Amino acid sequence: MEDIKNIIESLLLVTEEPLTIDRIKSILIEPERKEVQNALTELAADYEARQGGFLLREVAGGYQIRTRPEYREWIKRLIQPKPLRLSKAALETLAIIAYKQPIIRSDIEHIRGVNCGGILRMLLERKLIRILGRKEIPGRPIIYATTKQFLETFELKDLKDLPTPEEIATLGDESSENME
Amino acid sequence: MQEDIYKVQIDNIFEGPMDLLVHLIKKHEVDIYDIPIALITKQYLEYIEWMKIMNIDVAGDFIVMASTLTKIKSRLLLPSHDEDDEEDPRLELVKPIEEYLRMKSAAEKLAARTFLGEDTFIRNPVKEDHLMDQGDEIIKVGLFELIDAFQKILENMSPHGRVDITADTISIRDKIAQIVDIFETRGSTTFYELFPENAQQGEIIVTFLAILEMVKLSLVRIVQNTRTGIIRLFYL
Repeated sequence: MEDIKNIIESLLLVTEEPLTIDRIKSILIEPERKEVQNALTELAADYEARQGGFLLREVAGGYQIRTRPEYREWIKRLIQPKPLRLSKAALETLAIIAYKQPIIRSDIEHIRGVNCGGILRMLLERKLIRILGRKEIPGRPIIYATTKQFLETFELKDLKDLPTPEEIATLGDESSENME
Repeated sequence: MQEDIYKVQIDNIFEGPMDLLVHLIKKHEVDIYDIPIALITKQYLEYIEWMKIMNIDVAGDFIVMASTLTKIKSRLLLPSHDEDDEEDPRLELVKPIEEYLRMKSAAEKLAARTFLGEDTFIRNPVKEDHLMDQGDEIIKVGLFELIDAFQKILENMSPHGRVDITADTISIRDKIAQIVDIFETRGSTTFYELFPENAQQGEIIVTFLAILEMVKLSLVRIVQNTRTGIIRLFYL
């Protein structure tokens, strides 16, 4: 297929979710996986070379066209999104769930040392976390895990793509900064 | 000392005992593997006192940490009899602090990432999730449609059920657990399936309240098919 790159580009323009290679393969007529992969890589490189308003990102197991972060302010003038930023406490809770999942509430609270009920509800509402089930221990506590929406929100390919947390060595640096 | 306390506390609202502990450790630039327990405990307790004076509700979590600190301090003071297998009592503190710092750093890294809807955007910004079958055209159900459906169930209830008063009631919490069990095996259910025909009025009401509670907790999403009018509940 000669125009495979154009076909995939057109799919990427229309799709609402990150498009997986499997999905692309199921749409095109018997392409090689490698062919699809190459076309995607070429597209990404094209966008990179053009340095236009958008780029191609691998998120949540698929590919998605996204706007370049440089132009965020202009887009916000266009669509005025509701404030999305997460509080420090919410980010901490989310990080714990992301790294330790599946995890129950008391384990999260044990690490943070504070009650997390309100934050968990908010993260559930924003669909960044989901309820996986209940742990078969006394009280049958709810088990939490992150969602696909979480991967999409933080531009992560999959959970393995999570950044490695720094070891505590940095603590000293921070404190010296604070002293200045 | 007094001045010092004020300076720090004005721009620092501690979220929890771990935050306060980390703050104290950073402030004194001490090695977390060699925490001067006496100093940290003293300062920690001073902060709690200060919070009480400022009428900040000192949560139980802070008190638990205070007692842990005091316990470690007293264990350090007591002479140890068998030197060999006696591990540093401060380890009880070091492990959680390490873990907390690691997670804090992870949170910072997440915060630094390109954030969808803030830094980068996709073509359809008001993206609804795609948990449902794409085939049916579905509208989201409002509270009134739910109440209509509920009224229909009450009407259909057998007249004998209406007067039967039984003591065997079920709590909303138990009902939620039952419904969650249904979801865990099936993922979705119709509204009417949750109301068996021979159910008691009390149970019907509890089921309805349980559903409302679950919507509030974002445990389920309720949608109605425009063509068939069937209301379905999806587990989130």
